Order: sequence, then structure tokens, then C-alpha cells
Amino acid sequence: MTTRPLDKTMPLRKPVLSHTAKYWIGFAVVMALLIVAPLVLPVFWAKFLTEILIWGLLAMSSDILIGYTGMVSFGHSAFFGLGMYGAAAALLLVTPGNVWLAILFGLAGAAGAALFVAYFSTRLRDIYFAITTLIFSQIFYVIIFTWTKLTGGENGLLFTRPHLTFAWLYDARFTFTTLHWFVLAIVAGSYLILRRITQSPFGMVLQSIRENEARTRAIGFPVQRYKIVAVMLSGIFAGLAGVLYAVQNEFAAPNFVYFITSGDTVIFNVMGGIGTLVGPIVGAGFFQLLRELMSRLFGDQFPYLIPLGFIFIAMIIFLPQGLLGFARRWLNR
Amino acid sequence: MDAVAQFLKDIPFDLILIQTVNGIVTGMILALVASGLTLIFGIMDVVNFAHGELFMLGAYVGVIVVATTGNFWLALVVSALTIAVLGAALQIVTLRPLIGRDPLNTILATFGISLILQNFALWEFGPVARRMPSPLTGHFILFYLDYPWYRLVVAALSAAIIGGFWLFLKYGKYGIWIRATTQDRVMAQAMGIPVPWVLTGVFALGAGMAAASGVLFAPLVGVDHTMGLDWVLKAFIVVVVGGMGSLGGSVVAAIFISLLEAYAAIWVNPSQAVIVSFVVLILTLLFRPTGLFATPK
Repeated sequence: MTTRPLDKTMPLRKPVLSHTAKYWIGFAVVMALLIVAPLVLPVFWAKFLTEILIWGLLAMSSDILIGYTGMVSFGHSAFFGLGMYGAAAALLLVTPGNVWLAILFGLAGAAGAALFVAYFSTRLRDIYFAITTLIFSQIFYVIIFTWTKLTGGENGLLFTRPHLTFAWLYDARFTFTTLHWFVLAIVAGSYLILRRITQSPFGMVLQSIRENEARTRAIGFPVQRYKIVAVMLSGIFAGLAGVLYAVQNEFAAPNFVYFITSGDTVIFNVMGGIGTLVGPIVGAGFFQLLRELMSRLFGDQFPYLIPLGFIFIAMIIFLPQGLLGFARRWLNR
Repeated sequence: MDAVAQFLKDIPFDLILIQTVNGIVTGMILALVASGLTLIFGIMDVVNFAHGELFMLGAYVGVIVVATTGNFWLALVVSALTIAVLGAALQIVTLRPLIGRDPLNTILATFGISLILQNFALWEFGPVARRMPSPLTGHFILFYLDYPWYRLVVAALSAAIIGGFWLFLKYGKYGIWIRATTQDRVMAQAMGIPVPWVLTGVFALGAGMAAASGVLFAPLVGVDHTMGLDWVLKAFIVVVVGGMGSLGGSVVAAIFISLLEAYAAIWVNPSQAVIVSFVVLILTLLFRPTGLFATPK
């Protein structure tokens, strides 16, 4: 038997499409589906999808901390809530309400809260960080809940949805379709910005903190400052989600500043797969779908969080990477 | 001089004394909750998010036993044992597979447990708070108040449980096992200590203490499914301020914070008095992030 020498002239097989091309094609397909969705889906499911996108944005903002910096935040409800109340302030104080002003106010509110939380909680690591973020979010909850004159206390604040405006060019009421597109545009934009940030030198430092904090400090990076910026960044995007939720539902309520919202955020992340940015959105969709399914099958009173809790624990033990964990490297390349 | 005299006259000494007693009573219960939490953390490196839910379920078991047998002290024992067994089961099923993984996984798992337990309580017992009769009905006169003896008994009992627990850790055979496991897990294993079972036992012990404090606390305000979260938050503040894993630190911090909240409640309404403990937490984080009484490892 003779072995033939390798044919030197045979070219190495190149992939038909580069990774970048595949990634953007995938992105375009998903975007196209999401754009068409409200036109073909029944109204209920279209609104449901909009809501999933908003929760997904909240979870995605938290992924910057959980997945990329290795800090679990149990206090994202504070940023989300401050975003809601900021939007409410803008829409109640300025007439006629302007959606861009609402976003500006909401982001300012969330950024303020995030600065406060970041300054104190980044002094601590791991579990201590998780606990302090939780306690800080409760501070905001207590303040909002008891300062009835300013925040409406338990009842929250009601307002009407502003028009969708683009400078002087366009001015119309939101329909559920345009609202969906508006939310989709913001969520997709946020995703691209966050993805760019995680691939930037700054994002690399964050991931290096996740992998080995002591070594990152030893190389000479001011770790605490990086963490503060990471928490603020995360808080600002969480606030953006809060503004969108307020605009969609036309209220701001203290329930959303409560710990439950933070807990849900963490669940979305773990279910969808941390460190992927899109994973948390998928996780939010998975969670909300299961919930909707269960309340349809077993009635509204069914305690859906019991089976979801079991699924959650099982996923931590058996599937710690989450639903999209298998695609983590591919998505981050 | 007049201003000073007026100021001294304005201090409501009777209220302050009453609130001191109240603060110590809640402080002792809080210390009992927090010492279970700090025990589980110090030995297992597990932040038990479900601790408040174990406290709440303990109170519910107590309510049920009192309703069927009418004996409060029996309820205390039965509840502590039931919840300890539940705790052991939870530890074996959910936390044991996570040994050796990032400690953050355990906080997530216990968070999942707390979700299940809280919603189970809501589903099973409904949203209406249950009342529990106090086992002692005697009163004594404190200024213009009929102060129930029961509250003082609660404080004393909590102190006794914590003290007994401390003696157990210090001198008991299994207490020494527990301390050995804390110091060096691998070495303890090599000396023939069944480390996984020590961890299960510690979790069960902490759960039992949470349940006992739940039963003791139940006659003071009643039992509902949300009480767990309030208490676990307070207990978290206590363990961070006192220094994670330090038993003495948690007791001192629990009493300190409860006293401050009690005094604050003289001037503002109780739901805002909570802010005082947040302020204590922030100051602690600013000036001594490892906690007031932490022993450096």
C-alpha cells in the first residue's frame, strides 16, 4: 500500500461565509422576524412580545454585571424603578408629554441611583456585593413607598402615554405596532452598544476581573473604578427598560422597585445563559411563556412560581450555562 | 440654660425606656435568626436566601400545632424539628450537588428555594395573616403600659438558645466537628469527619433555629407569607454589620440595630425607621467593609 503525499496544491477549504457574515445574517433574520411579528401576531401576543423585549433589556443590562464582570446584582429593581419614576416625572411635569424627555429623565434617575449603589457596593465582592445591592434596592423601595406626597406611595403614579415624535417631522399616537417597533429599536440598539462595549478594551478588563480579580489589580487596573463604571452602565440600561415599561403601561408603581423584580432579572439571566447578552432576552421569553402557559392551563390562581422555581433550581444544577450557553463563544466572537 | 432644661424636659424618658425594652426583645429574636444565617455562611460559604422562608414556615407549623394541640411549647419543639428535617432535605437535594462550584451558584439555588417556599405558603395558607395566641397572658406595669411578660420570656429564651448553641459549638463533640470543618475542610475529611453530613447537619441546625425564632415571634404580630423576606433582609444587614461568620458580632449587631430602629420609631413611623438600619449599614460599609466584629481570616 502506498501513501500518497498530501496534495500541496489542494487549497485549504475556506468556510463559505465568515463568522462576521453569519453573525450579521443571523441578526438580520431575527430582526426581520421581530419587525414583522406585530403585523401577523394577534394583538395579545404582539403586546406580550413587546413586554418580553422590555424585560429582556432589563435582564441584558444585568448580564453586564453577572455574565461579564462576575458580580451578581440582586438590586436591579432600583434602577428599573427609578427609570419608571423618572419617566413619570417627565410626563407629569411637562405638558405635552415627550417620550424623549421621559427617556432622558428616566436615565438620569437610574444613573443617580446607580452612582449611589455603585459607590458603596463595589467595596465588597461576590456574595457581599449581591447582598448589599439587594439592601440598597430596598432603601429605594422604602423611600418611594413612604414618600407618598412625591411618589403617590402605594398607588404609584398614573399618566397618559406621550406621542411618538421625531423632532418636527413626525408626531403621532403610539399604536401597539409602532410601540413595538419603538421598543424593538431601542432594545436592538442597546444590544449592539452593549455588545460593542463587551468587545472593547474596557469590556476585556471587566472579563478579566471576572476571571481573576487579584491578578487584574496586580497588572495595574483600578479595579474598583472599572466596577463602578460597570454598575452604572448596567444601571442606566436597566433604567431605560424601566422607561419603556412605564411608557407601555402608563404607570409607575412601587411594586416594580420591590425585590421581586430583581429576583426575576436574575432568573431570566440564569435561564437564558449569562455572558451572552441575547441569552437573558431568551430567558425572559422562556419565563414569561411558561408563566402564560401555566396560567392558561391551570387558571389564574395557579402559583406558577412553584414549578418555575423547580425548573430554575434544576437548571442551576444541571444546566448552569443556561439555554444559550452552547452558543456563548460564538456570540461573543 | 432654659433651652437646655427645656430640651431635657422634652426628651420622653418613659418612651425611651419602653422602646429600649422593645428593642432588646426584637433584637434577641433577630439575633436568633441571624445566628443561624451566619452559622450557615461561616461554615458552608452559603448565603441562605431561604432563611426567612424557613422562619416563616416554622411560624406556620407552630400555628398549626397550637391549633391542634393547644400547647405552645410542644409547637416550638415540633416546628424546630420539622423545619430542621426539611432543611436537611433541601440541603441534600439542592446544595450538595453544588459543593465545589462558585459560591454564587448557592445564592441562586437558595433564592430558588425561597421562591418555591414562599409561593407554597401563599397557596397553602392564603394571604390572610394567622393569629397565634400567646402562651403567657401575664402583664406587668411599665409606666402606663400593660407590658406582657411573654415578650421578656421570648428575649430570655432566644438568649438561652443562642447560649446553648455557643456551648455546643465550643464543647460538644459534633460542635468540634463543625469547627474543624470550618477551619479546614480537607483536613477534617482526612481525620474521618464525614464532612458532607456535617454540612447537612449545620444547615438543618440553622433551619431549626430559624423555625424556633419564627414560632417565638408569631404571637407578637401574627404570621403571613411575606414575613420571611422582611426578616431575612434585616438578618442580612445584621450579618454584614456584625461581620459575616461571627456569632458574637451578629448578636451585638442585632441588638444594636433593633435598639436604633426602636428609638427612631419614637419620632418617625415604623416603616421609615427601617432607614436607620440602612444608614448603619452604609456607614459600616464606608468605614469598615468587613463588618464591625469580623475576625480577619
